[in-house]
Amino acid sequence: MNHWIMFPLLIPAVVAPLLILTGRYDEVLSRVFSVGGMVLQLLVAIVLAVQAFGGEIVRYELGNWPEPYGIVLVLDRLAATMLLMAAVIGLLVALVSIDNQDEQGRHFHPLLLLQMLGLNGAFIAGDLFNLFVFFEVMLIAAYGLASHGGGRGRLAASFQFVAINLLGSTLFLIGIGLLYAVTGELNLRELGQRLPAVSEAQRGLLSCGIAVVVTVFALKSAVFPFHFWLPATYSRSAPVIVALFGVTTKVGIYSLLRFYASVLAGNEACFSPWALSWVFPAGIVTVVLGALGVVAARGLGAMASFAMLSSGGVLAMCVAGFEPERIGAGLFYLVHSTIAGACLFFVVEGVIRRRHDVGDALSSSRPFVRHGLLGAGFLVAAIAVVGMPPLSGFVGKLLVLDSFKDSPWHAASWSTILGTSLLGLVGFARAGSVLFWKTPLLDVDSGPPEGGRIHTVMTFIAIGILVAVLAMMAIFAGVITENLRITTEQLLSGRVLPHD
Amino acid sequence: MELLVALAVGLMTATGVYLLLRKRSFPVILGTMMLTYAVNLFLFSMGRLAVNRPPVIQVGGNGYTDPVPQALVLTAIVISFGTTAVIVTLALRAFLEAATDRVDLAGTTEKDSAES
Repeated sequence: MNHWIMFPLLIPAVVAPLLILTGRYDEVLSRVFSVGGMVLQLLVAIVLAVQAFGGEIVRYELGNWPEPYGIVLVLDRLAATMLLMAAVIGLLVALVSIDNQDEQGRHFHPLLLLQMLGLNGAFIAGDLFNLFVFFEVMLIAAYGLASHGGGRGRLAASFQFVAINLLGSTLFLIGIGLLYAVTGELNLRELGQRLPAVSEAQRGLLSCGIAVVVTVFALKSAVFPFHFWLPATYSRSAPVIVALFGVTTKVGIYSLLRFYASVLAGNEACFSPWALSWVFPAGIVTVVLGALGVVAARGLGAMASFAMLSSGGVLAMCVAGFEPERIGAGLFYLVHSTIAGACLFFVVEGVIRRRHDVGDALSSSRPFVRHGLLGAGFLVAAIAVVGMPPLSGFVGKLLVLDSFKDSPWHAASWSTILGTSLLGLVGFARAGSVLFWKTPLLDVDSGPPEGGRIHTVMTFIAIGILVAVLAMMAIFAGVITENLRITTEQLLSGRVLPHD
Repeated sequence: MELLVALAVGLMTATGVYLLLRKRSFPVILGTMMLTYAVNLFLFSMGRLAVNRPPVIQVGGNGYTDPVPQALVLTAIVISFGTTAVIVTLALRAFLEAATDRVDLAGTTEKDSAES
């Protein structure tokens, strides 16, 4: 049996405790371990991607306990894509944190690795309960990272973040319990096969269970009316970490897609449609709220958080109807928006590093230590996030708009996406002109406002890499969309395949 | 027995939701704990309620009760214990830093802290 699929879990699960035991007070050692772990993880993700894009779906049975009795890990094209994306962003976050973020509190690198463990696990979990467990691993690490660095605002925000996510976990367990009660199964594939056998009398319970689980996924991906925690937490956490939280937020959308494809697809007659039908209008509201937030935000971090909220809403709109073509477009936009969001948050990190006194506030009253590259980085990241040509955001939005062409939601989706793009453009143009044109500049020679050297080398390298990835995505959009179309086909045909 | 379990789950959930909506951090923590108790009991009863039955199949025994929810509850208890520890630590650190236990850490003036 091929054991490669275990490595995305084993690497962080081994490196993080090792790091806590040996290098917790040693800066250099922890950086080496962390970056080394992330590089290994990226290599494994590449191997897995090559394997998965051969077309085979790997179902790995832990301890050789046969399905459906044992725990199973599943690797298909979609999971491999997500693993690869998470590994890239994880490596860059580890690199950027070397600039100085990891000095602001202890245990930064172990938490980062544990966060990766949760993310990787959630992508390859083959049953609902393990999905819950990996969600928790991911969230517990996220709680630590969200409050990293301390300070009043950050602590208040992370307390609320923990409380809302504890409520989410509770709801998830209730949903899992209901589904288990009516089907006697938690393995995603088995669940899908047992759904038609649920008796008429228990269909109500089944619908409730599905609705609760879908609600939890919406909460994790910050879809209206469960969106309020995202801007509150993300705008106050250290931006370099929020770049990784962008992936965490996408896990909700990913899980919804996975849950639909393996359990609900083809069984629509078994449960009442209201369990799912609210996702599309909720997505529209989320997009609009996010765009309004971008215009209204008073800090660059808040602005980037609202942009992230908005892109999550677009994804919810894309997966809501579960049309193959639209899911393909949504997947392209998912990868793009995660990378573009990370890029923007790295820029925010660079801005805060250079304006100690006012941080990321959008005011021109305090001087700014000059760096032309930072301005250029902001311009490119903003273009990508808003979805202007020539970067992949334009292609992504075009694909999404195109996929709504023949749907009954045509008018609503086109007007929402085009209108909010305009709002985003206005918001980012204003932020850019205030921060980079109106703010008086200090020369590098006169030194930073509050002593000490400013290290932003890694930040610039990371921004450069992400911009290159975005440009590649735009150039090779044809190849990528074709691959994502096959990915969607594989995802949706997964449960039609006969038992093997 | 069904009524008793259902009442316990319902009562604990109601208490938990009420406490979760308070503005001081300690009641909120108690609220999340109540909710996790409720959900643990709920999960446990999802394998159907059975009295005096072992969770393993025995030759000659009089049936068995579903062991899976019991295993799930065990995991859920451990996880909720861990997260509760995290939220207590966070609340404590926030209290020490801001000298207030309001969940939004707003208002350290006397008037604000005298309220509620």
